[in-house]
Amino acid sequence: MGAGPTPGRITQTSSATRGAIGESTLRPDGTLKVTGEFAYSSDLWHEDMLWGFTLRSPYAHAEIRSIDTAEALAVPGVHAVMTHDDLPAATHYGLEIHDQPVLAEGRVRYHGEAVAIVAADHPETARRAAARIKVVYAELPPVVDEATATAPDAPVLHPGRADHHASHVPHPNIVHRQPVRRGDVVAARARADVVVRRDYEVGMQDQAFLGPESGLAVPAEDGGVDLYIATQWLHVDRDQLAPVLGLPADKVRLTLSGVGGAFGAREDLSMQAHACLLALRTGRPVKIVYNRYESFFGHVHRHPAKLTYEHGATRDGQLLYVQCRIVLDGGAYASSSPAVVGNAASLAIGPYVVDNVDVEAIALYSNNPPCGAMRGFGAVQACFAYEAQMDAVAQELGLDPVEFRQRNAMSQGAVMPTGQVVDSPAPVAELLRRVKAMPMPPERPGVPPDGVWGRLAADRSTDVRALPGGLSNTTHGEGVVRGVGYAVGIKNVGFSEGFDDYSTARIRLEVINGEPVALVHTAMAEVGQGGVTVHAQIARTELGVGQVTIHPADTQVGSAGSTSASRQTYMTGGAVKHTCEAVREEVLRRGRERFGSCHPAWATAGLLLEGGKVVTDGGEVIGDLAEIVGDEPVELELEFRHRPTEPFDLETGQGFGHVQYSFCAHRAVVEVDIELGLVKVIELAAAQDVGKALNPLSVVGQIQGGSTQGLGLAVMEEIVVSEGARVRNPSFTDYLIPTILDTPTIPVDVLELADDNAPYGLRGVGEAPTLSSTPAVVAAVRAATGLPLKRVPIRPEHLTGC
Amino acid sequence: MRVNFTVNGRPQQADDVWEGESLLYVLRERMGLPGSKNACEQGECGSCTVRLDGAPVCACLVAAGQAEGREVVTVEGLAEFAERRGAAASGGATIASGGTEQTSGTGLDEARRRQPRPGGSAPLAPVQQAFIDAGAVQCGFCTPGLLVAADELLERHPDPSDADIREALSGNLCRCTGYEKILDAVRLAAARTREEG
Repeated sequence: MGAGPTPGRITQTSSATRGAIGESTLRPDGTLKVTGEFAYSSDLWHEDMLWGFTLRSPYAHAEIRSIDTAEALAVPGVHAVMTHDDLPAATHYGLEIHDQPVLAEGRVRYHGEAVAIVAADHPETARRAAARIKVVYAELPPVVDEATATAPDAPVLHPGRADHHASHVPHPNIVHRQPVRRGDVVAARARADVVVRRDYEVGMQDQAFLGPESGLAVPAEDGGVDLYIATQWLHVDRDQLAPVLGLPADKVRLTLSGVGGAFGAREDLSMQAHACLLALRTGRPVKIVYNRYESFFGHVHRHPAKLTYEHGATRDGQLLYVQCRIVLDGGAYASSSPAVVGNAASLAIGPYVVDNVDVEAIALYSNNPPCGAMRGFGAVQACFAYEAQMDAVAQELGLDPVEFRQRNAMSQGAVMPTGQVVDSPAPVAELLRRVKAMPMPPERPGVPPDGVWGRLAADRSTDVRALPGGLSNTTHGEGVVRGVGYAVGIKNVGFSEGFDDYSTARIRLEVINGEPVALVHTAMAEVGQGGVTVHAQIARTELGVGQVTIHPADTQVGSAGSTSASRQTYMTGGAVKHTCEAVREEVLRRGRERFGSCHPAWATAGLLLEGGKVVTDGGEVIGDLAEIVGDEPVELELEFRHRPTEPFDLETGQGFGHVQYSFCAHRAVVEVDIELGLVKVIELAAAQDVGKALNPLSVVGQIQGGSTQGLGLAVMEEIVVSEGARVRNPSFTDYLIPTILDTPTIPVDVLELADDNAPYGLRGVGEAPTLSSTPAVVAAVRAATGLPLKRVPIRPEHLTGC
Repeated sequence: MRVNFTVNGRPQQADDVWEGESLLYVLRERMGLPGSKNACEQGECGSCTVRLDGAPVCACLVAAGQAEGREVVTVEGLAEFAERRGAAASGGATIASGGTEQTSGTGLDEARRRQPRPGGSAPLAPVQQAFIDAGAVQCGFCTPGLLVAADELLERHPDPSDADIREALSGNLCRCTGYEKILDAVRLAAARTREEG
């Protein structure tokens, strides 16, 4: 452990609550969170601490001619000012490609890029000092889209690229390109009775987690640093930080602090390096907390996308081919764009069986804000387009859109466009059936029975709060039409394309006050998803103990991988299960050794740990856990891996790239005020297969939360980037996320079809609902208005034609 | 400047407060009460909702000086506040919105060093318990503000309709839950309070 002092508040040592897997056990951190005592990263405090602040570029693309920090350093209360010239070691970092400068060097590539950092005794002092840093910029023309990125005279944003994608991309301003080709699209097109080709666009969505980027870096006496931080993956942060700080990895110790949501935005470093650099420079603990404005510049966003899709089908409703091109704007730095491209390409067709496929997905380097991970990760953009296409083809064929989807739905044994056989349940048609079978929300007076295309009569008895426009009192029902839309999506679970995806768990079984207690230590980032609850449930189930303590997550145990890709229950849950099984074997070995001669059942297989006892599969108690463990605790740390995947072929996209697939379907019911262009989502019903619900309450919460983020993308959420590639709306005043008034009832139907390859048969839950809710809402708005609506978010002017 | 005010029923004073500091900053950084959250600091998300002389406000929009001589209730004092309200309702004693109990104030250093109490030693307010039981807490960052707002709603309106709940909580953003379980929690708290009352 580090020699540094600990901060005044430490987050989340969880006490046990009861409950095995399959039960809706309550959160162990719930009490701390409802009393305000749970220490989030922005709550950390140290008696000796300084506040850090970051000076950011006002330009999207500019040469830095000079930086003068003298005036800032002279401000009373300022302890350090650092620029690129003050960096002690590596100057760049990145998740996959080290192209992100710690502090800008000679050039800025996006609006809000970090240029200098200040440490002072009060946050306002730091802010005022930063304003006195004199930076001379020479603005350069920005790269803002595919045309400007690949034009003959386009400025190359990262000259001299040496990353492993550089050799196969058609232009240096393209981060990565992934085609997926299967069958013969040209021949299939000749046989098609119906062809639908359309362009789509997805705006830039923000994760908008509520807890701002923040953390506390404490310099340690051994020359290292202890960082208390809200992140999604402690070890990958450490591995990027150590070279930047010029320290060996074991002197960069990270402890997870309370995380106020993540949704992908905490995969990349934000203030981690800056706080550590300032702490090491000043010898004082340094806390950095972004405000909301800065948060919009401090993390990557969801890739905005332009998509072109062509679907061909026979008259009887069989999809013959799909050809599509997906252009993702990755912004100034690579972040996780290559993996997002892989997902968009491999999942581009959706959960349908199509024999002939020609896909190309690319991500651009541009001077727009950097984009990377966000819930749904490349599958969201594709799902919006392919589901719009499914509706359009169904309409051309005169088929019911759900029926058309079901005719083409994949099921277990289907072959993906990547050639991968789907070898676990894929209940796509069933999920659509279930979501369609849910009772419809009640009609309001004046709505015709079919609900679709019905113009409502003005009705003053209606509560205006239930109408589009709400308390703005813009309508009493006149001009309001109702529509219903459906969508379904497919998402991969876990890290793909040959990544060595693993997690680690350390389990200690000991006797405290005569009772066996399990201590679960992992580096899993609890970001709100409920992993800590599930880990205790797993340990209780596998070890038959009542008391489980969850150790704070830190880098003193092996990596858990990222809390992303819907993988933590599978991976770290799997690691806890795997390690508990080994602990159980050790307990049984000890039991056999000591008591084997006392009872013949010790020699048999199938012994269980239940209620603190060793029992036979017939239920006979043959040993006592506390007695067997005694004063010699059993402690093991083991890694768990999912089955290996392989990279996609760079030209054909063929390969066993994904470990597991997850499916969710939605039905949206909306009302639209067609005169004002206002949308009210009346109900958003979801059906999802989760394999096995380890905690049903949490599972439903994840599905409802994910659905709401998809709703946000459909009707309100977008980071607006103006000409000059500047962010126009970095605030919760102007970047709108759904409020409780914007969010309808979300009934959820959970299906549990086990995946035999996964722990307990479970299937990752968190991301799939974010995919299909967006196209379902848009389909409902199309049904209500008859408008084509090829872009999200839908804005009022798209509906009124103004 | 010096600010004197009552926080969770106890008189407090904060020294060396810069004129531009918000009530939120003073509570979080000077009083050692970080329960009120700093998600947007511009009055849009409701995460810092506290009661100021009984009225729910965004503490980030209140200048610290405006709190002079007034009573503040934060999420840290919600359980005690609800308990006193319950006692007043059943016993007929009167309480001011922020409570008027006079005790010796908690020193700043003491407040800052306060460690989380061992699991649930004091009873929770009904709305706090309901948020846990209904699964309305995920990351929890919105939770303190929602609890203060929901508790104020239930004080004012013990049997709210869903539309009432939505209206009352429309200034509190939550990014994790989709709000459904928050509605469940407020309904649950209302029902339990009615049963007990």
